Amino acid sequence: MDFEHESDDPFRDDEDDPDAHLSLEKESTKEYVVYLVDASPKMFTSTCPASADDQKEESHFHIALSCISQSLKNQIINRSYDELAICFFNTREKRNIQELSGVFVFNVPERDYLDRPTARLIKEFDRIEESFAKDIGSQHGIVPGTRENSLYNAIWVAQALLRKGSAKTVDKRVLLFTNEDDPFGCIKGAIKSDMKRMTLQRAKDAQDLGISIELLPLSHPSDPFNVSQFYAELIGLEEDELADFMPSSGIKLEDMKDQLRKRMFKKRIVKKLKFIIVDGISIELNSYALIRPTVPGAITWLDSVTNQPLKSERTFICADTGALVEESTKRFHPYKNQNIVFSTKELSEIKRFSTGHLHLLGFKPLSCLRDYYNLKPSTFLYPSDEAMDGSICIFIALHRSMIQLKRFAVAFYGGSSRPQLVALIAQDEIIQSGGQIEPPGMHMISLPYSDDIRLVEERHSEKVGMVTRASNDQIKKAADVIKRIDLKDFSICQFANPGLQRHYAVLQALALEEDEIPEIKDETLPDEEGLARPGVVKALEEFKTSVYGENYDEECEANAKPSEASKKRKAQAEVATKECENYDWGELADTGKLKDLTVVELKYYLTAHNLPVSGKKEALVSRILTHMKK
Amino acid sequence: MANKEALVLLLDVGPSMHSVIPVIEKLCSMLVQKKLIYNRHDKVGVVLFGTKETYNELTLELGGYRHVVVLKNLKDVDGDMVEALQKLPRGTKDGDFLDAIVVGMDMLIKMYPKANKVKKRLCLITNAQCPIKASIEGTKEEQVTTIAKQMSVHGTRMESIIVRGKLCRKKANKTTASENHRLLNIFSKETSTRIVYVGNPVSLFGALKTQNKTPHTVFRGDLELSSKMKIKVWVYKKTIEELPNLKKCYESPDIVVPSDQRVRGYHYGPQLVPMSKVALDAVKFKPEKGVKLLGFTNSSNVLRHYYMKDVNIFIPEPENTNAMLALSALARAMKEMNKVAILRCVWRRGQTKVVIGVLTPNISDKENIPDSFYFNVLPFAEDVREFQFPSFSKLPAALQPNQQQLEAAANLVEMLDLAPCGKEKALLPDFTPNPVLERFYRCLELKSKNPGAAVPPIDETLKKITEPDSNLVLKNKSVIDSFRRCFEPNENPRHKKLRRLLLEKSSSSEEDCNRDITPLPSNLIEVKVDSVCNPTPPQVFEAMSGSRNTQDSVVKAIKDRRNKIFELIDESNDGDNYPEALQCLTALQEKCIVDQESEQFNDFLRRLWNFDRNLQNFRGYLASRDSP
Repeated sequence: MDFEHESDDPFRDDEDDPDAHLSLEKESTKEYVVYLVDASPKMFTSTCPASADDQKEESHFHIALSCISQSLKNQIINRSYDELAICFFNTREKRNIQELSGVFVFNVPERDYLDRPTARLIKEFDRIEESFAKDIGSQHGIVPGTRENSLYNAIWVAQALLRKGSAKTVDKRVLLFTNEDDPFGCIKGAIKSDMKRMTLQRAKDAQDLGISIELLPLSHPSDPFNVSQFYAELIGLEEDELADFMPSSGIKLEDMKDQLRKRMFKKRIVKKLKFIIVDGISIELNSYALIRPTVPGAITWLDSVTNQPLKSERTFICADTGALVEESTKRFHPYKNQNIVFSTKELSEIKRFSTGHLHLLGFKPLSCLRDYYNLKPSTFLYPSDEAMDGSICIFIALHRSMIQLKRFAVAFYGGSSRPQLVALIAQDEIIQSGGQIEPPGMHMISLPYSDDIRLVEERHSEKVGMVTRASNDQIKKAADVIKRIDLKDFSICQFANPGLQRHYAVLQALALEEDEIPEIKDETLPDEEGLARPGVVKALEEFKTSVYGENYDEECEANAKPSEASKKRKAQAEVATKECENYDWGELADTGKLKDLTVVELKYYLTAHNLPVSGKKEALVSRILTHMKK
Repeated sequence: MANKEALVLLLDVGPSMHSVIPVIEKLCSMLVQKKLIYNRHDKVGVVLFGTKETYNELTLELGGYRHVVVLKNLKDVDGDMVEALQKLPRGTKDGDFLDAIVVGMDMLIKMYPKANKVKKRLCLITNAQCPIKASIEGTKEEQVTTIAKQMSVHGTRMESIIVRGKLCRKKANKTTASENHRLLNIFSKETSTRIVYVGNPVSLFGALKTQNKTPHTVFRGDLELSSKMKIKVWVYKKTIEELPNLKKCYESPDIVVPSDQRVRGYHYGPQLVPMSKVALDAVKFKPEKGVKLLGFTNSSNVLRHYYMKDVNIFIPEPENTNAMLALSALARAMKEMNKVAILRCVWRRGQTKVVIGVLTPNISDKENIPDSFYFNVLPFAEDVREFQFPSFSKLPAALQPNQQQLEAAANLVEMLDLAPCGKEKALLPDFTPNPVLERFYRCLELKSKNPGAAVPPIDETLKKITEPDSNLVLKNKSVIDSFRRCFEPNENPRHKKLRRLLLEKSSSSEEDCNRDITPLPSNLIEVKVDSVCNPTPPQVFEAMSGSRNTQDSVVKAIKDRRNKIFELIDESNDGDNYPEALQCLTALQEKCIVDQESEQFNDFLRRLWNFDRNLQNFRGYLASRDSP
């Protein structure tokens, strides 16, 4: 994957590099989760259909485990600083700090009970079903005659696990997986109500400590989970929420499985800006990076033998004396046969215009913002009254006027790395089904300068000769196509980056030493099925006839004029194939005489077999040997 | 070299041009400077017209062509030429641009008699206010047409930069101006001539494309609407950031471990997973090359701020009428219906990245340019960070602008207009030079003569890019003044008052007690108790928080006030402090919203609600008051 780039260029913008602030991210709110899984025999015997088209039934226990496993694999990439514990209840064996029976905390070496996920945890958890009966065992924890209460114990263990970290900075959750809607069903009389009361009180105490308890009920279509039996009270469900609970928890379970592997970023102010509106009036803005290309994460170079991280060091050697120099502060640019040297100070002086401020220059109608005025991702601006009162008020007033009048602001941003003209577009808040899709504020878009814009169309104008425009009929045919292939609810969040998802999948497979790399669905491919619908095909066909004429054959057009370069390439390949036949390559390879051939001769083989011809002679020889499987 | 260029600058230095010659000097010298860096083997010649003197070969051979001076013959660019262009002579006669064009063409043809691979280019800068001489044979139009045809035969391109508007001091003769306009248009029709009208020094500075690297296609091939319907397109970069490429001095990257003994390591949780290049190559994502349509959608579904990178342009394959028609039909239909197209692109074979982007129509208004599309890269789901921000409507009323303020803002947005109707638009990116690069190249030139030269100040002309135009500000003085009146000055007087208050109360420095509250509890409690006795506690409350600027202290301030509220409730007798506590709570809520610490507040409210049994009564009170 060629995502990495080194940005050493002083004219490049590096102020919002996400990795530069990792330490900051770590500090902000984390999430601690305890997965509490019911391991009672009923979890193993009850099943439900794995998926709609698959007849195979899966046990509830298996569903819960695979759901957690998926969730862990996502978490280790998304939020690897969050901590978690996995805890079974209704078990034969016990393992927990309080020594409570019927509760087993699953863990692997080099890890606390509540800790960050590790590859080993995920790997061993994936195999837990094989050894579950032997090592942990399933056993009803609530049976008549004893006063044992495994559910009570489980909540208590979870609460103890979540003791660390303050509720203010950490979001603490318990996710409870069970298919038993009436855990005290087998108990009768006063003991039952007593146990029930105790358990509810235990849960309430945990909730009072800021721990939220979420229920993920599992059920079979023929035997639905009745949440009002017991759990509604435990998780604090109100009357009117009951009806929605079951369907929504089903979605939650699905969501946990299908989460996108995506590195989560905490909301962080990239920069505080002073926005000078008119002489004497300025406001304070915070800038945020809402859209930035995601890369697979920082690379640490490792020694290929020991796999130990390498330390990166840089030494600067004076070209004149050969002595070590403290640090290179100078750069040069060749000009008129000499190297003109600039110090870092001089370079920043060249780039210094108005120190870090945003200076309003005026407004233009939105129609003036052409589609090619773009260089990099936009930056989001939101006002703050922290340093300058009235900032929010002024911002809202401008924001509203700009939306109403359909205008954007042009400003000069005197940032230290790249002073530039920017467009500020007011964005109204967009809320869809209760969620904020677009926050209210302004988006800052860097505008290109004249030298950044290329006159491509005009360069080609002389070659074109007569320019013809589409006729009204052709435009109408095109309009039919557009109507047919309409993405009604297109949203930018619709596609996962297949390259990145593949990278994460490979990373997971390597880390967990899995043999197979999980298949990644490439969501970016066109909807072939949709395009094959008769209506679409017909519209496309008519459009094609209308612009290309009746008897158009693209094959013949493609073959009609092969480019100069491809002709040459083809001719070369032919020569190479011919020459290649003059050698007995197998013989040469076996006797080790390949290295006695010239590079030109070696290239005959490579070209003839459509292999790369780059590199030194040794590389060519080894490439040939690899190709011959020797 | 196939990409070599021979350029003749045709500069009008007549009296009516004198005011803009300084800008032309800078512009042309920078052009040559850039050629010195990027295209050192290009040839440049300089022809002046409107001079008193006459010096050109044609006048010797044929006579005529008066007041045209060949300042520099076509030659490889050098430092001498940069200097010559920095001090152009001022002429005294009215120049004839057509004479200059013929002299320039003559120079090009003499140097390169055959239409060979050298690109020939003329660049005319004039205000076109002086009439050209009537010809002996035929009309002026016929004369111009003949010359234009000749130009076309020799494959010469021309760029005409016409200075007009405020930049011309002399009132132009209307008939002359329109005649010249018509004549210049003949060039544009007959040859590939770009005519640019500029009305201010900034856009004059940006009018000439000074860098002339031959662009390479990003992609040549099919735009696949479906597997059956394909359109042949070429894709180029439309915008790309131009940056100088400086190298580091003295650096020797000191790699002890050679590259073939290193592997990449990626984090998987707390672990580092080594990934060798071979393993990566074997398993990495390898999409097939191609540009495929996913579908069309309403342009409102793709907001402007989603655009991720520099922009590409899709043009029809040259000389392919079918492709031109198909793109034209699509572009025009999309424009009419207000639609955009979503594409999936893999530009090159073996590329590991897929790009999702949006195609927007670019309808050409020039006869000789076909319709095309702009292409912008869109973010993937992973690239979007869903941060929540408070709705403006939910912010407290005190932060909302009133009617008068809204009007003042609307007036400002309307009147501080950079794109007035019917007039030249200011700061058009296409004509705005990069002030940093200008300064860099100027500095380079200075340092080439004197290595110790200081960094020159910002060019006066280009200050208009970095600061508001004083004319525009002056014109809208009343609008700006009323805006200023409507919004109170920034420094809130309450902040100062509080600071004084704290200074008086506290014997130690104010900073200490703001940053660290625990060591000096007595001081702060004193202040707080004072504030509670105050008839309007929330205001003082607000003021207290106002002085705390850093994020940390905000959190601390909130914590303080939380304690205060607890204290108030605890000390309350039969609920007599409840109204005050509620007021404080509301103030705290407002503050939390402003500081975007709503979590803090909710957290607190939850605790207030759940935790302390002593608070039962207060909760009752809160509920009865329909608390926020």
